[in-house]
Parts: sequence; structure tokens; C-alpha cells
Amino acid sequence: MIRFLYADELQAYPLLSHTMFCDRAFQFKERLKWDVTVDENGEERDQYDAPSLRPLYVIWERPDGRHGGSMRFLPTTGRTMINEHFSHLLDGQTVSDEHTWECTRFCLAAGSGTDVASTLMLAGSALMKGQGVEHFIAVFDAPMTRVYRMVGSAPKVLGSTGEGRTKTSIGLWTYTAASKAQLLSKAGISADVVNWWYQRKFGRASKAA
Amino acid sequence: MKRRRAATAFNTILKALERTTELPQLQLISEQLRDYFEVDHIVYHWVSGSGTQYGCGTYDDAWVQRYVDQDYLRVDPVVLGCFQRFTAVDWKKLNWTSKAARGFLEDAQAHGVGNQGFSVPVHGPNGQFALFSVNHDSDDDTWFEFIENNRRNLILVAHYFNEKALEFEPDRAPEATAALSPREVDAMTFLAMGYSRAQVADTLSISEHTLRVYIESARHKLGAANTTHAVARALQNGLIVI
Repeated sequence: MIRFLYADELQAYPLLSHTMFCDRAFQFKERLKWDVTVDENGEERDQYDAPSLRPLYVIWERPDGRHGGSMRFLPTTGRTMINEHFSHLLDGQTVSDEHTWECTRFCLAAGSGTDVASTLMLAGSALMKGQGVEHFIAVFDAPMTRVYRMVGSAPKVLGSTGEGRTKTSIGLWTYTAASKAQLLSKAGISADVVNWWYQRKFGRASKAA
Repeated sequence: MKRRRAATAFNTILKALERTTELPQLQLISEQLRDYFEVDHIVYHWVSGSGTQYGCGTYDDAWVQRYVDQDYLRVDPVVLGCFQRFTAVDWKKLNWTSKAARGFLEDAQAHGVGNQGFSVPVHGPNGQFALFSVNHDSDDDTWFEFIENNRRNLILVAHYFNEKALEFEPDRAPEATAALSPREVDAMTFLAMGYSRAQVADTLSISEHTLRVYIESARHKLGAANTTHAVARALQNGLIVI
């Protein structure tokens, strides 16, 4: 199932959050060879995980309670990784718009496939629609381009640096009904389920469940 | 309650908000917004890191005084629940289970506060925090439909209100007129000259999507409602010359 959790809510889900930060360590440090910090517990965290910045995580939780995939959101009106570290990809431009959120640390656990990636992006689109957000902006590198293409949700590339596997880009996602239909079919779930996950966290108080 | 109407009336209020030069006028705008949305109350509530608060809106004066006297800031589940969030929240999703919270709710309703609420948290520079709330008395279904139809405008106006309030804050760090980046100046200049977006993108050798980011960023810095408004403000403030 999908969980929407703020940083200060992670502690209520110790297994889920520990496995998320460990999967991030594997994906970003081991596989992608990014210069990220992994602590003695095997968890990868950066300054944008600080609860004081109020990051919002969208997490796919497996039936056994472990992390299957996740991403992290921050509003671009506050501190963001793009504005503080990647603005050179936009000619030094910074992005600050109440209708644009930054998405970082898109991560899939080993064994998670395109269904999980699609489900995460559906959860992201529910967030977009539900919170009046028009765009997600994200930094990603070459291997992720393939994942985005496979799930049928390729971003508009705003700027890039590097070549081949080390090519890093900034992309902009916009909600469209067509991409949502494609994501639903890739994820193999119904729109009602996605909506229910969203409403459980942000919407009207549910009477059942 | 308001379902859907032409955007003109809403844009008129946004423009009035934009032109506001004095704090008391925010009170007037909140009343206009209440009438526009056809709800019981619209409230803007600034809570600074130093513990001072400022508010305006349509709540009964007696309730506002009561809120201050009782130091409800420390109890109010809306304030406590929104401080660590940037997503808009329906009041029924907040934690009202403590005895203090239930007492607060009872007292609020006795002072004319409705049973439904929706708040947009806004975080400004240096730990500044404010809530923009809409409040009404209705059943859940009616309320849910209202929020569905008006969420985007409520979030938009929340950010406008906060920017305005920050402008009036005397201790605010001196960064009022944000400078535009060279690319933003280019984009706004060509738009001011009457170029279409496609022509501007072509002239600057960038994609229309990249151009959009520059325009949106300039629009945000200028506190403008739309591109035309942003161009007008850039010209007015002398940021671009044509």
C-alpha cells in the first residue's frame, strides 16, 4: 500500500523507514555511485531529510511492512536541492513557485518493478491533484530516464549536464489524464484504490476502515 | 456555498489584494473572499517564531479576543497540526482527542465558528509561519464538494495573503523587490514586446517548457497573478525596459 508520511511521522514506522533509508543507500551509493553519506546503520540520509524542513515521503509499503519504493517532496517556495545544488543546470536559475514541488530520492527496492514505479507516480499525481500542484520538478540521471519511459511518464527535460550514464538532468512533470490512464494499466490497480490511499491521509475522514 | 463561477470575480479580489498598501485593507479583502466563496469565515493567522501573532478575518471579535486571552495558540489543533506540514489540511483530519482540544472546539463553536474547516499552511523566510483558513457550517458531503471545487484558488490566495503580510512586517529582512535573473529579464522583455511564447522560446534558443519555468519564476518573484500581470509589474518596477 501507499503511505504518505512526513519526516516526523516516520518514527511510527521503524521497519518501513529503516528499510527505505537502506534501499536508498543501495540505490544511490552502491548502484549509481553518488557521493552520498551512509551512516553506521546502513542508512542514506541527507540534509533535506531533516524534520525541520518538513519533507513529505510517498512510500510503497510491501505486505511484510518493508519499503518497496519511495520518493520525497519539498515545496519549491522553501529550501530545495535544485535551488541549492543544481541551479547550474538551469543557467543559474532558481525555481520558487507555490504550484511546483521538488521530488527527490526516487528509489526502488531490489525486486520492485515497473508496477511499483507506476504506483508511486500515481500516488504523486493524486498528491498533485489534491494539493493544487501543477508540476513536479526533479533531478535525475540517465538510468532513471529508462524507468520513467517504461512507466509512460517521461518528464520534459529543462537542462542537463554530463554524458552517457553520468548525464544528470532536471525534468518537469505535469499531470495529464492520458499519462494517468497509462500508469494505472502499468500499476495494475484501480483509480479508486489510489484515491482511497490519498483520502485516508489528506481527504475527508473515512467512516469505514 | 460557492460551486463554480467565472474566474473574473476571484481575479478582481486577487488584484485588489495585490494593490493593498495598508494592513487594515487585508481585513476588507478577507470579507470579500468570504462573500465570494459563500462561506461563514475566512481567516488569515500569522504565527511568528517569536510567538507573536497577527490575524485578520471574519471571526467574531469576541472570539478573537477569547483566543488571545485563553492562549489557545498552545491548544489549537489546527496550528499544532499544520506547523510541521506544507500540505493543505481538512480540520477533521486533525487530532481533536485531547481534553483541551475538545474544550477549545466547544468554545469556538459557541462563538460562531463552523464545524468544517480547511487550512493552508504557508512557510515564509526565517521560520515565519501562517495559516489561511476557510470555515463553514455544513454537512460533510457539501463541504467535501466545496473543497474539491475551490481547493486550487484557496491555496493560491493563501500564498498571496502571506506575501502581502510579509511586505507589511517591519522586521522583515530587506529583500522586498526580488531581482530577476538575466534569463527572466530576457523572457519578460520579449513578452512585453508582444512576442508569443513560441517566438520568445525560439529567440532565446530554449524550449517552451524551459521558458515556462523562467516565466513562472519571474511571476512568483513579482507576486503576479498571471503572465500579463507579471509583465506589467516588471515594467512598473523598472525591472525591464522596452
